[in-house]
Amino acid sequence: MTGTAALELRDIVAGYGRIEVLHGVSLAVPVGSVFALLGPNGAGKSTTLQICSGKIRPSRGCVHIAGAHVNGAAPEALAKAGVCRIPEGRGIFPNLTVAENLRMWTYATDLSLREVQEKAYARFPRLGERRTQLAGTMSGGEQQMLAMSRALVADPGVLLLDEISMGLAPLIVAELYEVVRALAAEGISILLVEQFARTALAVADYAAVMTQGRIAMVGQPADVADFVSEAYLGGAA
Amino acid sequence: MTTFLAFLTSGLVVGCIYALTATGLVVTYMTSGIFNFAHGAIGMIAAFVYWQVAIGWGWPTPIALFVTLFIVAPLMGAVIERLLIRPIRGASVDLAIVITLALLLLLIGVASVIWKGTAVRIVPPFFAGHQVQIGSLSVTYHQVVVVVVAIIVAVSLKLLFSRTRIGIAMRGVVDDPDLAAMAGASPARVQQLSWALGASLAGLAGILLAPLVNLDILTLTLLVINGYAAALVGRLRSLPLTAAGAIALGLMINAAKIYGPDAGRIWQPLADVIRDNQAVIPMAFLFVMLVTLPSARLRSGSLIGPPSPQPAALTSALIWGGVLIAFVAIAAPHLSSSNIVTGSKALIFALTLLSLVLLTGYGGQVSLCQLTFVGLGSYAMGAWGGGSLLGVVAAILLAAAAGAAVALPTLRLRGLYLALATFAFASALDLVFFNQVFGTGGSFAVERLQLPGIPTESGQAYITLLAVVFVLCSLLVLAVRRGRYGRQLAALNDSPAACATLGVNINVTKLAVFAVSAGMAGFAGALFGGLRGQVGPNDFVALASLTLLLVLRVGGINTVSGALFGGAVMASFPMLQEHVPSNWPLAYLLTGIAAVSIGRDPNGLGGRIAELAERLRANRSGPPADRLRASQRGDDLELEEVRLVGVAG
Repeated sequence: MTGTAALELRDIVAGYGRIEVLHGVSLAVPVGSVFALLGPNGAGKSTTLQICSGKIRPSRGCVHIAGAHVNGAAPEALAKAGVCRIPEGRGIFPNLTVAENLRMWTYATDLSLREVQEKAYARFPRLGERRTQLAGTMSGGEQQMLAMSRALVADPGVLLLDEISMGLAPLIVAELYEVVRALAAEGISILLVEQFARTALAVADYAAVMTQGRIAMVGQPADVADFVSEAYLGGAA
Repeated sequence: MTTFLAFLTSGLVVGCIYALTATGLVVTYMTSGIFNFAHGAIGMIAAFVYWQVAIGWGWPTPIALFVTLFIVAPLMGAVIERLLIRPIRGASVDLAIVITLALLLLLIGVASVIWKGTAVRIVPPFFAGHQVQIGSLSVTYHQVVVVVVAIIVAVSLKLLFSRTRIGIAMRGVVDDPDLAAMAGASPARVQQLSWALGASLAGLAGILLAPLVNLDILTLTLLVINGYAAALVGRLRSLPLTAAGAIALGLMINAAKIYGPDAGRIWQPLADVIRDNQAVIPMAFLFVMLVTLPSARLRSGSLIGPPSPQPAALTSALIWGGVLIAFVAIAAPHLSSSNIVTGSKALIFALTLLSLVLLTGYGGQVSLCQLTFVGLGSYAMGAWGGGSLLGVVAAILLAAAAGAAVALPTLRLRGLYLALATFAFASALDLVFFNQVFGTGGSFAVERLQLPGIPTESGQAYITLLAVVFVLCSLLVLAVRRGRYGRQLAALNDSPAACATLGVNINVTKLAVFAVSAGMAGFAGALFGGLRGQVGPNDFVALASLTLLLVLRVGGINTVSGALFGGAVMASFPMLQEHVPSNWPLAYLLTGIAAVSIGRDPNGLGGRIAELAERLRANRSGPPADRLRASQRGDDLELEEVRLVGVAG
């Protein structure tokens, strides 16, 4: 890994209440690269992303974004500073319409509402067709498109993606990953958590495997793929 | 026809005011998830501030309105949000109830201190003396103003929530505060704004209402219950339905007022019933709404806050119980008769609080009408008991039946609705039943319990009896807590969903604990009546039940020592009151302050003492490893498992 890191975690220890989940996680996402974080359920991947976006405060360790120490910064402050996390599940407001959801995206961008809408509808024409529909009543794929549209318009410095393929049809996953590729091509640094190792590794520059709150391995996607399929998942992936 | 139009107008006007109140309530509830019991009190303060500025200082009306509605009220809402609401974000429902109730008492207390009760204050209606004539009907300008203001507010809110980014953000925060933060909108800021808005709406309602009723602290504060009822029509979410409910309620109340006497032409008793029970229409309405609400989804628990203290072991409970009885028996002959009465009251309050320990501390069900059950107990003893043991049985049964009746409609619902139902029940009995059977400001004779072979007539004998009763009931409560049923209660408190999965019948468990707890309060009532010889409606006012709950919360809602502490505090309020000006309602002020500061710790002072004792004992008994093993024996291990199931579910 060369150059400064867009995002760096050093020895992060964190948990929920009395339960410790991360026991010293360190990783660095170089500027402009895609970093895939893999691992089984409960390994602490989502927690790691939540640390990065300020939702959870680590009890020890440091979070650096573009070299600045950001422990304890509020999520909304980080969002405005260019950290964009698309959460697990559907990162949308179900009881707002599509257009109102897009209005919410204007908090963390310099674009006007009109520009936000144009950008989102151009990439996902289906959202344009459903602009007055309540977001919660759309299909899972459409909801995830709406969620991804936030990453599209926010022009983030660091993008954190949490299992964007979860529960979606392969065709839609492919469409969403097209967006990820396009964002990566624009030079946005991306930390992406996935269970579908192959999909994630196909776009990644670096990858790591997490188990039980620790980083088990870091390396090039090809090496990690071998590690994942042989040692970790017993060839299932 | 004229009567009908007059009814329609006045009903509409009152309905519009309720709509303003209810809307403010819903706005704050939607964005913060906290039901603000103090909403009416905020409106009350705003009305008084308006009176002070417009009448007291004689400022021009528009400036007074601006100062009240756009400066004082929003500031009050924002400060309340910052100091009291933000720190408890994500906390349990009962903590939110405790904090806003404490605020309610505190605001009443503050208003009493600032605006002394003796002076007569009148807020004149807007454009007093002017009216428009529509046919034979005359409508005052004030009535027109109310309706126009309500329409303007409704339209503005509609625009705010659908057209502006901050309004959309307010709705977004309801959906998903975390996502709102991720999108860059500060949930805390949005929530603060909605509390400011809610306070302004409360203030507006208070100012419009004040000319129609008296500018009275309690009247204005409690009128908000009508707002609660209306808000339930909209399920605490929909503003249009809330407004519709408010107007329907306004019409209903006026229908009873205007057409009630006409019912006498058909059947006189019906007219009498309507006349006597007008005041309970909002509560009845609220109950009907509760029954029609859809069942709450069972929620799994979460590890919020510190674990409850261990219930005292049988031997230590026996020893401390013996010590208490011996202390009372030995001290009683040396006390003055007034001190004996205070001590007796403390023990009776402690018994009442013990019933709350069982219900709220162990069972997690909030009751805001425990003193009402005490009143019913006194009534049963006085009406049917005549000092016999049978009277005690009647008191327990009547209170238990009432308790079951209150709990029944809300069993399927979340804790908040139970709190609302009990509050409505307390207000209804306060306004109607107690005033009717005891007579307003009157007294109702209750004979003291006579036991064969045991003297109870002297104050010394009676206080000893009370101590024995309290100790026996404490042992019973502790035994329940340590037994199978107690484990069910604790499990229910932690995670209803896990309980249901394990095959516990949640509804039966809840109903039973409510009935037993009410019965115990009824027992306390029989003893209370016997102590005083006579009771009156002022002994059982609805607000005192709130004080009761908060005092227990401060003392420790899940410990017997908390109940004893609370009882002592409740009984000592009148003594303390003698040392301060009469317009300083110490019970409200002290309880409010203590509850907002210490009330956040669910275990209260009692829990802290228990924790300290545990630590001292642990220090004596050796290395930490032993302590860990000791604390995971038996019952507690099972409880831990239930907790974990709750988290996983």
